[in-house]
Amino acid sequence: MRRGASLLTAENVAFVVFLAYLLVYPSTTDEFSIGNTAYFMAISLMALSLALIWGKAGILSFGQTAFFGIGGYVYGIYTLNVLGSGATWIGILVGVLAGGIVAATLGYFMFYGGVNDVFVGLTTLALTLVLQTFMAQTAGPEWAVGEARLNGYNGMYVPQISIGDAALYGKPLYFLYLAILIGVYLLLRWLSGSRWGYGLVALQENRTRTETFGYNVRFMQVQVFCLAGCIAALSGVLYASWGSYIDPSSMGLTAAITPVIYVAIGGRRSLTAAMISSMILLQLSQSLASSAPEYALVIFGVLALLAVLFVPEGFMAALFSAIDRALFKRSRPDRGVGTGDVTPGTPRVS
Amino acid sequence: MTSETPLLALEGVSKRYGGLRAVSDLHLVVHRGELRCLIGPNGAGKSTVFKLIMGFERVSSGKIMFDGAGIDSWPTWRRARQGLSIKMQIPGIYPELSVHDNMRVAAQYHVGGGQIEASIDRLLARVGLGGMGGVLAKNLSHGQQQWLEIGMALSVNPKLLLLDEPTAGMGPGETEATARLVESLNADGVTIMVIEHDMTFVRQIARKITVMNLGRLFAEGTITEIEANQAVTDIYLGRT
Repeated sequence: MRRGASLLTAENVAFVVFLAYLLVYPSTTDEFSIGNTAYFMAISLMALSLALIWGKAGILSFGQTAFFGIGGYVYGIYTLNVLGSGATWIGILVGVLAGGIVAATLGYFMFYGGVNDVFVGLTTLALTLVLQTFMAQTAGPEWAVGEARLNGYNGMYVPQISIGDAALYGKPLYFLYLAILIGVYLLLRWLSGSRWGYGLVALQENRTRTETFGYNVRFMQVQVFCLAGCIAALSGVLYASWGSYIDPSSMGLTAAITPVIYVAIGGRRSLTAAMISSMILLQLSQSLASSAPEYALVIFGVLALLAVLFVPEGFMAALFSAIDRALFKRSRPDRGVGTGDVTPGTPRVS
Repeated sequence: MTSETPLLALEGVSKRYGGLRAVSDLHLVVHRGELRCLIGPNGAGKSTVFKLIMGFERVSSGKIMFDGAGIDSWPTWRRARQGLSIKMQIPGIYPELSVHDNMRVAAQYHVGGGQIEASIDRLLARVGLGGMGGVLAKNLSHGQQQWLEIGMALSVNPKLLLLDEPTAGMGPGETEATARLVESLNADGVTIMVIEHDMTFVRQIARKITVMNLGRLFAEGTITEIEANQAVTDIYLGRT
């Protein structure tokens, strides 16, 4: 961010309104809606993960779904085998680390092997589908890790996050998920404005050029891939513990593409737009699933197509820009100061 | 390192692409403070030499020494941190970022956090882009993009600045301004190597010229010596 840049932007205002709404929402609604919104928050972490890896670093990954599944399954396996107070909290950490380790390993071989651009998408999609296929055939009793039966498409039972012997649900669970979502969001906003964040944006535009400024580009790619994998795994952990259940469909083709569509519609380069729009689209998706399930995928497909064709920065991100220009009279570098407004200078000889 | 140690030394460097020898047994030494022009007809291997120095390509044989260290096996980012910087032939700016952010990306690893804004402002003024930090880089004119890239290359506080055709696509006024900029940078102590086809520009800035042809070092000398060299004229006219 340029020195003296204003904090009064549509994006920041939207975040504050969004946060205020989520803070008061539980006192205005019923238990079911509170739980439902907690589920949306868990899935919105996937959107943040994609906004980081795709929006900031330019790496389109379909592997976030695989890390999501790894997080959920590993959390379940750990908490089913390790009893005692605090096991679920350590389980969260173990699930996140598992996703991060797999992501770092895959990322190392991809990026140090020179795999980039569309081939990362293909490789990560293959990982997701391989994991789904593998987990799908684990229905038999021989597929167990200690006390944890994987159960194939019957799904694996997953313990809920608990304090002592009491499982968290309702408002405490809601506020825990809200704290995690906002914590991850703020961490990513901070990283985006850091030296590392600037480097990510630069390598997205031109890897070779960025390396000539001293950036260890491949290492940075592995780092961001690993971090995004951790966030996706955290999403999987929260999802699995919320529903006490996970099955291989959470790693399927539809599951891999849906968050990409959410982020494309909202705006992949804006963490705020990705987070808020995914919450809204999840609500819309759930409403359509009950009222017009046959149209749900068609509507999202059309929205994604419109975004790609006409609003490549995403609808919500475009809205932020429009509000910035209209209300805050912000002189944006990409608007209004184009060719013709530039007064040619001359290099100064000192 | 003693001041007599060459800043850059290419010792018998060759680069082969299959059966093609782009650079062949090249010996080249650049001392601190030099302003060296590298000229030659198209296909002489000049840009390949820059790519080998920066580590975009690895040498097939021979050795590259920079500031007393063998850098053949170093990745590009490590060479950059050691003090090598380049302005590429095709403008290597980030078109979707503002001028300021282009400069910040370039400077981050080389300028302390507290000094970075002052450094950006100073360098932008120096390359004629003062007050234009908020402009999107793709909206600059071609000449301004070239100057921005020179500014970015300077942000790393280079020991050796490589300029690959810095005046390509520029008009006479911009070329003249660029020549003055390059001379002033050199006067400030920056060692510079320039690849250039515009002989007016070369005549204005060059202290020493290296001529390459068919991947080999063909001649070396002052501008007067090179212009008086009939063999050099012949290779430009395709007589050899």
